[in-house]
Amino acid sequence: MSSVAIDLAAVNKSYRGKVVVNGVTFTVAAGECFGLLGPNGAGKSTIVRMILGMVPPDAGKITVLGKQVPAHARLARAGVGVVPQFDNLENEFTVRENLLVFGRYFSMSAREIEAVIPSLLEFARLGSKADARVAELSGGMKRRLVLARALINDPQLLVMDEPTTGLDPHARHLIWERLRSLLARGKTILLTTHFMEEAERLCDRLCVLEEGRKIAEGEPHTLINEQIGCDVMEIYGGNPHESIELIRPYAQRIEQSGETIFCYAPDLDQVRKQLRGRAGLRLLERPANLEDVFLRLTGREIEI
Amino acid sequence: MMRMTYGAAMPANARNWLAVWRRNYLAWRKVALASLLGNLADPMTNLLGLGFGLGLIVGRVNGTSYIDFLVGGMVATSAMTSASFETIYATFARMHTQRTWEAMLCTQLTLGDILLGEVAWAASKALLAGTGITIVAAGLGYAAWPSMLYALPAIALTGFVFASLAMVIVSLAPSYDYFVFYQTLVLTPMVFLCGAVFPITQLPAAFQLVAALLPLEHSIELIRPAMLGRPVGSVGTHIGALCIYAVVPFLLSVALLLRRLMR
Ligand SMILES: Nc1ncnc2c1ncn2[C@@H]1O[C@H](COP(=O)(O)OP(=O)(O)O)[C@@H](O)[C@H]1O
Ligand SMILES: [Mg+2]
Repeated sequence: MSSVAIDLAAVNKSYRGKVVVNGVTFTVAAGECFGLLGPNGAGKSTIVRMILGMVPPDAGKITVLGKQVPAHARLARAGVGVVPQFDNLENEFTVRENLLVFGRYFSMSAREIEAVIPSLLEFARLGSKADARVAELSGGMKRRLVLARALINDPQLLVMDEPTTGLDPHARHLIWERLRSLLARGKTILLTTHFMEEAERLCDRLCVLEEGRKIAEGEPHTLINEQIGCDVMEIYGGNPHESIELIRPYAQRIEQSGETIFCYAPDLDQVRKQLRGRAGLRLLERPANLEDVFLRLTGREIEI
Repeated sequence: MMRMTYGAAMPANARNWLAVWRRNYLAWRKVALASLLGNLADPMTNLLGLGFGLGLIVGRVNGTSYIDFLVGGMVATSAMTSASFETIYATFARMHTQRTWEAMLCTQLTLGDILLGEVAWAASKALLAGTGITIVAAGLGYAAWPSMLYALPAIALTGFVFASLAMVIVSLAPSYDYFVFYQTLVLTPMVFLCGAVFPITQLPAAFQLVAALLPLEHSIELIRPAMLGRPVGSVGTHIGALCIYAVVPFLLSVALLLRRLMR
């Protein structure tokens, strides 16, 4: 099998004259977890739908598992598992029936499907829920069932659109842990997220999108080092203008987002000294993260 | 502008559709009893109500009792309504609110596979409804055994025709609100134009010409003689016309839905 799972070359898409995906190019290597990171409306779902052959690009070239898409999307999809942005489970069916019906869509026989159901249920931690109706499941369980369903055809590649959006932290961590175990088994994952922490924790490489454009690409830590390269202090409260004037000589860069000041400096102790004794200030020191990269590249915080 | 090719959207093979049919069958099985009663109650009420009530006034029609005459028309009509309603309401929901098709499109199914499965499912429900009335009518002595068996393939074909036609409506309608127009402006007039409740010879000549072009007319021409135990005339013409009415709208709906859903 080729070492390239997904290849997008100069892909464009517009809706009614509005450019939604603008010359996006990236390659996902087999076995890696690749993230598409961007705020709502950045074009993540549109890219996913183009990769799955559900939306034709206006221009550019897409190859998935060695097949041209959309022309041979059906063949490509035979090796892909999909976790869509919005759950589209069969609510009136049981967990087991959902898997059975979905397996048939891949032309699997009843025997083949029955053979994989126990391991899928175990993987999704749904062993005790096999005969529960989907309507009775919690949000996290539904998401895990969608994940189990996406694995029914034993895909090499998983394409996930916001796999943990709307989940509580516990459910989210459980999904992350499951995704890591899939990566350990050699699966390739493409996931979209507007959630920086998710991208940072899971992705080997990622591509930052804004308004349909790729604005950065690389390994999360490389991106953070290249774009920021030092620690951050968040400053809340007080008079932002005064604070900025005080710390300016010691800061490498200062960003203001709403009432919050982000101060990037090689020596944060100096900054802290400047602000000592100022009333009503709250200071938070932390390592730089992708949030800072996004703020730096776009001049704004990611909006959910 | 790159387009999804129509070829790639057509049914991929001869059996993919069955997975879609079986999904619908599983969902139906959970509500089968209520669904069966619902499907049979309306046509049976029409048959017995009109048959006995009007039958008293009308007397004999085309050499038979009015209720015998009516059976074929009611069976064809119920196949038509059953397939049409399944498609415009249940299928539309699976496309739109329930996101069922969205899940299917993530697999190796094509849009054509999905539509074929849906149309075959709606035709199956039409066959079930038509067969149900046939059996009840036969039990009451209003349908001829065994020639009524010849009606069964015609009922199924009628189901395919009206499922395909309704699929075109589904692919064009922005919301449920538009379906009532199809029902009142197309389906209901067809019942009266095509001789379901009275012979079309009662109609002015121009209307008779129109009727000859309508699919329900061809269904009734096949189903009624089978119910009455009479020979069927021009079988080839009727079957041919129905096949055209099944295939052309089906292909049209694939093209229309491709443009609607995958752009
Ligand atoms: N079918 C469509 N018709 C018109 N506009 C669309 C369609 N799909 C997406 N868009 C627009 O494209 C932009 C990107 O959407 P999307 O890909 O869903 O972004 P994301 O998944 O990153 O939130 C949005 O502005 C959205 O309104
Ligand atoms: Mg999205």
